Amino acid sequence: MSRFLVIRALTLTAGLLLASLIVFASLRLLPGDVAQVIGGTTASPQRIAELRAQLGLDRPIVLQYLDWVGGIFTGDLGRSIVSGSPISTELAEKAQVTVPLTLYALLVALLLALPLGVLAAYRRDALPSRALSVLGVGAAAVPIVWAGLLGTVVFSAWLGWLPSQGFPRDGWADPPAAIRSLTLPALTIGLVVGAILFRFVRSATLNALGAEHVRTAMSQGRTRLGALVRHGLPGVGLSIVSLLGLQLAELLVGAVVVEQLFSLPGLGRMLVEDVGNRDLVKVQSTLFVLTAVILVLGALIDVLHRLIDPRLRVESEEER
Amino acid sequence: MSAAPILPPPLDAARRPVRSSGRRAFAVLARSPRGAYALIVLGLLLAVCLLSFAWLPADPNNGSAYDAWLPPSPEHWLGTDGSGRDLAARLIAGSRVTVLVVLGAALVSGAVGLLLAVPAALGPRWARETLAILIDVLIAFPTLLLAIMLAAVFGGGLAIVIVAVGIGYGVSIGRVVRAELRQVATEDYVLAARAAGLGRGAILRTHLLPGIAPVFTVQLSLSMGLAILAEAGLTYLGFGAPIGVPSWGRMLEESQAFIAVHPVVVLWPGLAITLTVLAFYLLGDALRDAMDPTLRSGRRADGGAR
Repeated sequence: MSRFLVIRALTLTAGLLLASLIVFASLRLLPGDVAQVIGGTTASPQRIAELRAQLGLDRPIVLQYLDWVGGIFTGDLGRSIVSGSPISTELAEKAQVTVPLTLYALLVALLLALPLGVLAAYRRDALPSRALSVLGVGAAAVPIVWAGLLGTVVFSAWLGWLPSQGFPRDGWADPPAAIRSLTLPALTIGLVVGAILFRFVRSATLNALGAEHVRTAMSQGRTRLGALVRHGLPGVGLSIVSLLGLQLAELLVGAVVVEQLFSLPGLGRMLVEDVGNRDLVKVQSTLFVLTAVILVLGALIDVLHRLIDPRLRVESEEER
Repeated sequence: MSAAPILPPPLDAARRPVRSSGRRAFAVLARSPRGAYALIVLGLLLAVCLLSFAWLPADPNNGSAYDAWLPPSPEHWLGTDGSGRDLAARLIAGSRVTVLVVLGAALVSGAVGLLLAVPAALGPRWARETLAILIDVLIAFPTLLLAIMLAAVFGGGLAIVIVAVGIGYGVSIGRVVRAELRQVATEDYVLAARAAGLGRGAILRTHLLPGIAPVFTVQLSLSMGLAILAEAGLTYLGFGAPIGVPSWGRMLEESQAFIAVHPVVVLWPGLAITLTVLAFYLLGDALRDAMDPTLRSGRRADGGAR
């Protein structure tokens, strides 16, 4: 286990390093001078030179990179070129919308996918289950924008149950209002991500129903349901845990689009605006923070998976 | 033929099944309901796309303000939008962007996937370990963020969408194909070929690449479907198809402003995207069943579910 932890920590560090290099290199080394991009095509040469000095672009590229990475360690992500305020403050503020939205969407996805996925596999040949499976594949093919627009039509325009735009001005001061304004966005992401998860849960449960240890339990007199619940579902749960890392990225992508769709002041909307404003330093830091969050959570989920899955403890050394 | 000693017959025998299995796969594909649906929808998409270059029911980009929000009629099959543009014409013309993105993404993601997977599975130890970490990191980097990053530097556009989607899903393909390659490389017939003295390149060409072809094709068709979804999302965010180019993502974006008054307009582009993406998903499923019976859903369901 400790060997596993060390290796995982090393790959995580390598991953974070690589991610920082990719983000930095893409935004600094690709053709196009950052100062030129920020200043626009009409900027005078002096203005460009000023910008370069202000951004530290006149210094060697390696120093710039080290500066940036060093800043990350001390929580200093730089300053927004447009607003001038520290990027870390703005990130923390916007996260108050994006993090709850993502968790809410994850909850919706799990509540949809787990029961329906198990059911669709357990009663595999029943007509409703088949319909459910078809529906699951279909829902995974729905573009998230369309899901959101249809949700707006039904729940907001026709039924008038939920607000379709915006977030309370004073944020979480009024929690029920905040949750209400996050509901339609979370349902939108949750439906699409839930449809993907549903397929995993269904196929994992089908595998479990055919697994030897479950069939053995049945032959020893357990009912099909009893054998599945007692011997099959723990394994299904574990395989879903190992999948959550990848689903995180899916949820985050959903959040970026959905925040734009429903005018929510979150990280995704901020990122899209920053790209429009050419606030490249902020884009760079935001992209790195988002990737780092996914990498760190992915590593934590790996460790968690290792801790709770007895099979992995036995075959502790993996061949690579 | 009479003089052929030991080698030619086995080689011949080894080759024939590979070729005929391709033809048989197509027949099996067309016979299964999922495969038939996929072939029909994708055939229709291609036909509509080609047709759009020769004929459109109306000008997809210009309309008269007098014709705004007309209901469906023989003249305007799906009605018109707020600028009086014919919705059917826009939908038909929008298929071009879809086909372009699908083909571009397939090309880039297939190439990226293979270029990552082959050295990551068969290369020297340092290459395998480095690439394994690289793949893990790149997987965590969502395609949409990659596209936003590229758009921040180059400005948006369909090329950005294709490159970002190609790299993003290429990495997923690389990860799956790498695992498959490593497994196929330990199969008896590959070991036998190596023992018989066949070179690395020859083994790769005659045994390993055909061995991963089923998994590769399935992944490729998935990534083509996902590419359409990505185009819709990115165009909605303003990083995809430029304004003035009719695309399904653009139609979704434009429908939002009038959604409370004219909700029906939202239906068409969304339906077109969903039905097409579904066709690629089902094509993947059907191909998996048709090309490789050992991959039939259920036995290795978690490996092929995405």
